[in-house]
Amino acid sequence: MTILPLSLSEVAYEAGGRTLLECDLSIRSGPATMVLGPNGAGKSIFLRLCHGLLQPTRGHIDWRGTEDGNPTRKQAMVFQKPVMLRRSVAANIAYGLKIHGIERSIRDRRVDEILQRTGLRDAARRSALSLSGGEQQRLALGRAWALEPDILFLDEPTANLDPGSMAAVETIICDIQKAGTKIVMTTHDLGQAKRLAGDVIFLYRGQVKERADVARFFESPESREAAAYLKGELLW
Amino acid sequence: MNDFSSAFSLALGLIADFDPALGEIVGLSLYVSLSAVLVAAVIGLPLGAALAVYRFPGRKAAIVTLNALMGLPPVFIGLTVYLLLSRSGPLGALGLLFTPTAMIIAQAILITPIVAALSRQISETLYETYRDQLRSLGAAPLDIIGTILWDARVGLLTAVMAGFGRAIAEVGAVFIVGGNIAHFTRVMTTTIALETSKGNLALAMALGIILVVLAIGINAAAGIIADASGAREDTR
Amino acid sequence: MVKVGSGFLAGCALIASLFAGATGAAEKTLTLASTTSTENSGLFRFLLPPFEKSTGIKVRVIAAGTGQAIRLARNGDADVLMVHHKPSEEKFVADGFGVKRNPLMYNDFVIVGPAADQAKIKGLRTATDAFTRIAKSQALFASRGDESGTHRAEEGLWKAAGIDRGKASGGWYRELGAGMGATLNAAVAMGAYTLTDRATWAAFGNKSSHRILLEGDPLLFNQYSVIMVDPRRHPHVKLAEAWQFVDWLLAEEGQTRIEEFKINGKQMFFPNAAHPGCE
Repeated sequence: MTILPLSLSEVAYEAGGRTLLECDLSIRSGPATMVLGPNGAGKSIFLRLCHGLLQPTRGHIDWRGTEDGNPTRKQAMVFQKPVMLRRSVAANIAYGLKIHGIERSIRDRRVDEILQRTGLRDAARRSALSLSGGEQQRLALGRAWALEPDILFLDEPTANLDPGSMAAVETIICDIQKAGTKIVMTTHDLGQAKRLAGDVIFLYRGQVKERADVARFFESPESREAAAYLKGELLW
Repeated sequence: MNDFSSAFSLALGLIADFDPALGEIVGLSLYVSLSAVLVAAVIGLPLGAALAVYRFPGRKAAIVTLNALMGLPPVFIGLTVYLLLSRSGPLGALGLLFTPTAMIIAQAILITPIVAALSRQISETLYETYRDQLRSLGAAPLDIIGTILWDARVGLLTAVMAGFGRAIAEVGAVFIVGGNIAHFTRVMTTTIALETSKGNLALAMALGIILVVLAIGINAAAGIIADASGAREDTR
Repeated sequence: MVKVGSGFLAGCALIASLFAGATGAAEKTLTLASTTSTENSGLFRFLLPPFEKSTGIKVRVIAAGTGQAIRLARNGDADVLMVHHKPSEEKFVADGFGVKRNPLMYNDFVIVGPAADQAKIKGLRTATDAFTRIAKSQALFASRGDESGTHRAEEGLWKAAGIDRGKASGGWYRELGAGMGATLNAAVAMGAYTLTDRATWAAFGNKSSHRILLEGDPLLFNQYSVIMVDPRRHPHVKLAEAWQFVDWLLAEEGQTRIEEFKINGKQMFFPNAAHPGCE
């Protein structure tokens, strides 16, 4: 039973006396949702609120349209800089499964599948810290995928990667989506947004300025700020 | 200078002869201090990690207190433990006074704050990096503590060695609770004190040199273990 | 998580085994609280093995100042007490902590000082004269200052000489609060005079240019006694072993052994136990 749709009802996040984000929207299953906006627009805060890493100052966040606790098991997140645990690649992938008490044989099978799908089979026994940046991000994706989440949040996953690694990571993201996980992702790379997105949420200074499907957003943005951003004018 | 050179040759002579009296004293020193370190590690490492991970009212005060306890004077601890274990004291019935166990207890009390405070510091640094990722994967606080303790193991080994260094070098606590009984509770430091009080300064120095060499040896061994485990994770 | 738990359990198991090991069940043992003078001179290393061999009782010696030794015995942390200050010993028995005060052996105190002897006490006959000269010339004097038997004896001598050292403390009169050995080390280093028992001095390895400058005064007589801790006060005391030990010390075997103890060929302690029998 999926945990979607996710609804943010009159949610606001304040810190240091300032309102850093205000929004009121839902996220449904379907094609990937890209969250765009200049630096400081509140994209990271948005993802963290949805994922439960931050608590809203006002309003509430509900899963499946109901007031639910913290269904972390069915969600996952990949960060811009992946955090590798000090153990082997395979052990990293197995970590989430282990702490949720998934039994050994099921665990091993799933880890093997993930290693295959992320192209990390040969590196399974190596220490995760010895991987390159691109490989580490693939591992982070694999680790999240192993949990079979209903929704996967990604915070600028390819920002630090070379083009080759970026392509590999995008492929995996698509595979995860095809397998049935909802993707919600932030990026600065407009080309990437066009490649992967179903719909776009555009944030500017903590406000949702526009939400539209990808084609319409790029061709004819409605808000002034979105238009400026797409032209490369708005920096923050 | 006279005493220094005779001290060095005395030290070499004692070691070369495998002097059994020396062997007994060194053996007891290691037994007492290593046992104390084990107790301190079992209690202090998880305690430090827990302090780093859990948030509770009074946490700051707890950390300040823990750091302050690192400076407890050994002779004060010795006196306190003596009063506790004395036949006229609350735990007198245990009959532990003037036994190696009393010495282990006193040294464990001495070094647990050191191990715990350092563990807290090391764990907190790692926790900063790990927090979001581990919570995202659904780790409960106890899981997080275990993961941090394992991943920080190299740094924590240093914390444990710091505790060992303090223990093997102290004389105040073990003198009072052990009684420096020949062939029973006499360790290297109390022997040094005794020989000094007998005016046998060269012999006392020789024992001191052996103690320092021993401490260096053990720390070197720990360093090699740390390096070996770090080397396996060589980044490209 | 499991690793943390099992590590903790293993640790606890080890701790438990340490407790089991330490009390050392089978062996017969006895705890003797005595002074640094008897330990540092090497007397016990010579005296105890024959006793341990013939009775199988291991004697654990805790060497501290007389004051501390008596406190240990009062607390019941020792089974037998062997010290050298009569008034404290009699109080110990009178207060119900000791069974009986048994005179055991004697030796004497000596005044040692630097070869230069700035107070010129060499050749004097009485300790009080020597102390008076030291005080007059304000020569450095190192006192144990730790309420030990030696310290009490020293205080008695100052009193007999009619000298009040109150204002001199920190000046020429240095109160160390230390055992005999540490006091001797300090006296040698400071070039100070000090009072010590003959046996500790004979065995002392750091004499430098210090030497015995005054001896033989009857006031320097130093009597040791041995006292069993009273089991009525401390029921856990090892009565059987303590009795065997005290009897052995007071009887011919112990007394002879004490007599045979020599440093550099010279006898250090003189046995003077009363003959066994009812009084």
